Amino acid sequence: MEKVERINSEEMVGRIDGRLAKNKVVKGLFFAATAFTSIILIVLLVRIISQGAPYLSWDFLQNFASRRPEQAGIKAAVIGTIWMMAVVIPSAAIFGVGTAIYLEEYAKKNAVTRWIQMNISNLAGVPSVVFGLLGLTIFVRLFGFGNSILAAGFTMALLVLPVIIVAAQEAIRAVPGEIKEASYGLGATKWQTISRVVLPYALPGILTGSILAFSRAVGETAPLVVIGIPTFVAFLPSGIFDSFTALPMQIYNWTSRPQIEFHNLAAAGIIVLLVVLILMNSVAVWIRNRFQSR
Amino acid sequence: MKNTQKELSPVQQLLEKKYNGGFLNRSEKVIPVVLFLMAAVSVLTTIGIVLTLIFETFIFFGDVSIVEFLTKTEWYPFSETEAVYGIWPLVLGTLKITLIASLFAVPIGLAVALYLSEYASSRTRKIMKPILEVLAGVPTIVYGFFALTFVTPLLRDLFPTVEMFNAISPGIVVGIMIIPTIVSLSEDAMSSVPEPVRNGALAIGATKWETASKVIFPAALSGILASIVLGVSRAIGETMIVSIAAGSTPSAALDLTSSLQTMTSYIVQVTTGDAGFGTTIYYSIYAVGFTLFIFTLSMNVLAQFISKRFREEY
Amino acid sequence: MALTAVNSKKDNQSTQSEEVLVYNTKNCNLWYGDHHALKNINLEIKEKDVTAIIGPSGCGKSTYIKTLNRMIDLVPGVKTNGSIEYRGRDIFNKDFLVEELRTRVGMVFQKPNPFPKSIYENIAFGLKIHGIKNKQIINETVEKSLRGAALWDEVKDRIHEPAYGLSGGQQQRLCIARCLALEPDVILMDEPTSALDPVSTLKIEELIQELKEQYSIIIVTHNMQQAARISDKTAFFLNGEVVEFDATDTIFNNPADSRTNDYISGRFG
Repeated sequence: MEKVERINSEEMVGRIDGRLAKNKVVKGLFFAATAFTSIILIVLLVRIISQGAPYLSWDFLQNFASRRPEQAGIKAAVIGTIWMMAVVIPSAAIFGVGTAIYLEEYAKKNAVTRWIQMNISNLAGVPSVVFGLLGLTIFVRLFGFGNSILAAGFTMALLVLPVIIVAAQEAIRAVPGEIKEASYGLGATKWQTISRVVLPYALPGILTGSILAFSRAVGETAPLVVIGIPTFVAFLPSGIFDSFTALPMQIYNWTSRPQIEFHNLAAAGIIVLLVVLILMNSVAVWIRNRFQSR
Repeated sequence: MKNTQKELSPVQQLLEKKYNGGFLNRSEKVIPVVLFLMAAVSVLTTIGIVLTLIFETFIFFGDVSIVEFLTKTEWYPFSETEAVYGIWPLVLGTLKITLIASLFAVPIGLAVALYLSEYASSRTRKIMKPILEVLAGVPTIVYGFFALTFVTPLLRDLFPTVEMFNAISPGIVVGIMIIPTIVSLSEDAMSSVPEPVRNGALAIGATKWETASKVIFPAALSGILASIVLGVSRAIGETMIVSIAAGSTPSAALDLTSSLQTMTSYIVQVTTGDAGFGTTIYYSIYAVGFTLFIFTLSMNVLAQFISKRFREEY
Repeated sequence: MALTAVNSKKDNQSTQSEEVLVYNTKNCNLWYGDHHALKNINLEIKEKDVTAIIGPSGCGKSTYIKTLNRMIDLVPGVKTNGSIEYRGRDIFNKDFLVEELRTRVGMVFQKPNPFPKSIYENIAFGLKIHGIKNKQIINETVEKSLRGAALWDEVKDRIHEPAYGLSGGQQQRLCIARCLALEPDVILMDEPTSALDPVSTLKIEELIQELKEQYSIIIVTHNMQQAARISDKTAFFLNGEVVEFDATDTIFNNPADSRTNDYISGRFG
């Protein structure tokens, strides 16, 4: 900018000072917005930890729900969430990756494929509460699963399916054409090439995207509310057709109560939920970094 | 390898068997079909959603006239004697929350995106990316708790007229929730403006702000608009934050400081309550869900239209 | 490298000459959509020859070699007519599965493209996909192929390490070894040295000289000296047509067509 001074026009220099000042002000505002966003996250975390940490204890993890705050725990909710994810993970992973393989490797680039693709991106934008209505109608009522682990698991699987499909598609698309050619050049069939070359190469990307999708299913509440998952459960499920409760449902229940003690319990539950999510995300980031160098 | 006689090597012997026995096994034919059926599941999901909503809504309109649903400005489903189903208060509630969320999230989101794309050092960007990812990954139940137990009390300290349940607190927190959507999509759009375009502006002496506002912003406009529309769509469909912090009073008043109900929080209220299967109230959640679905679907289609129609070709 | 099953078939078509053809291309045309990329190609490629294909960029030489093992099928919107006979069997015939063709005809690509697996697994890959599970046969074939590609001595202590740890030239020889493991009849090489340094290039050229004892080799190259050094016959492609096909010496010293002369004397391309 100094070079402009050589033009030797005071008016222009004055204008430049003004323009630079404006740039500085704007930059300051943008920085403030960025800092504000980070501060929100910090406030949120500090607030929840300071409120919930005193309530975290071995008993809290070991006890069932109770009317008496000091005896209440999240055992049924944690076990229930694990059961639900045991349904979500295999069903969403198989159908998600299968769909991605179909779209990337087999589907012809025609109107039907474009329509399926558009359908998937629209599905990703459907509110989770609407997926809850779908689950309520199809799984709970039509198939008669009731408010069971299976009904909730399938509903959540459908909810995260578009995310997994898109992540797996990107990972498959990133496989270099040369190594696919190498496989075909050796006389490998299409499925041999996909299963032995494409999928192993794309696996880290698929895993990263899928874990992020699954962590969404762990924290998602609205569909569970809609399909009628109970919140007060004092037993552990013994199979996928059993009724259950999940961690976010338990947090929701405690949050909706007027007593401050239950709010504190909710905060403690949120800490457990966030720890689980952070662990899942760390695994995803670790996989991404580990294989990025390739 | 050195022998040149006609004898076949073990590998050749095994391959010859294969040449004669046919190369393709049945799985090569079956697998594409199986995969296609898997792809069909996501299509069936869409069809399932649409048909479910249409059928159950149809039953609802057997009990309640569609005219009443669209024109009445009262929503009193729980009245034993004079239940009124006019969707307007729920739509208004959703619009209030969405408006506040957008007013909060759009300026902040765009400012963050501009800062990250045009001003920030790569180190700042490395710090901010995970922060935004965490914000995007926080479950909405956690945001709801935050709205009720932190933002609302704070608001009530500042403005004592604000009630326990109001539109402002959940509106702001829904805004926080959609900031990462707006930032990441519009930052992508800005960063994908090619470096030569940016340098061209800087080279004629434009400041960074002039470059950003007069060159980058217009060039990335379609992506930025699409990010806002998608953010708005998420705000419309957001359920837990409003269920926890906005109350459950369907209100046709424009007041932002008192309890209200959105389309999503009505569905939650009914499904957590004891409205039995088959009652008019039960079917009303599908009519409300259908209305909600139309809102979000048109937003998503609009976002796709914007990013397709106005895509910049570099 | 006997192929008894096919040898009987080729007898009825090998005509006047006693020379055995591996490939006989007859009036072959190829289009990418509307673009006519190969125009009425006629070429007879002999067994155990090194046949070089030269020509300026976009002349169709890569397209042609990719057609020979039908890798061109991977490009959407490709149409062909005419015929290419591999040992008397039309490769475009539906009964001739591309998988069989590509097993009999190996290919080495422009850029070394090892799989992200160990050296050993790279070579075992081809055997495994064709259902060869016998550990002993696999082990022997891995060693034999690596020796055949003049790579064994350099990697014998680390064959279970990732192939990506090898240098570019070593990777390309690994790709050749991978191809040798299936004991192919013909090896197609699509500018195999274009991504390599001069020393690695020299090693590959020496290797080609050794391989021609047992394999028929067809090599596309943009490097005319390379064609002159290593090939027995040379085809000159221009704008999708074969301008001239003759003994390499003739092509380089006494070409019949003025366009060939222009090209080899560096006037275009």
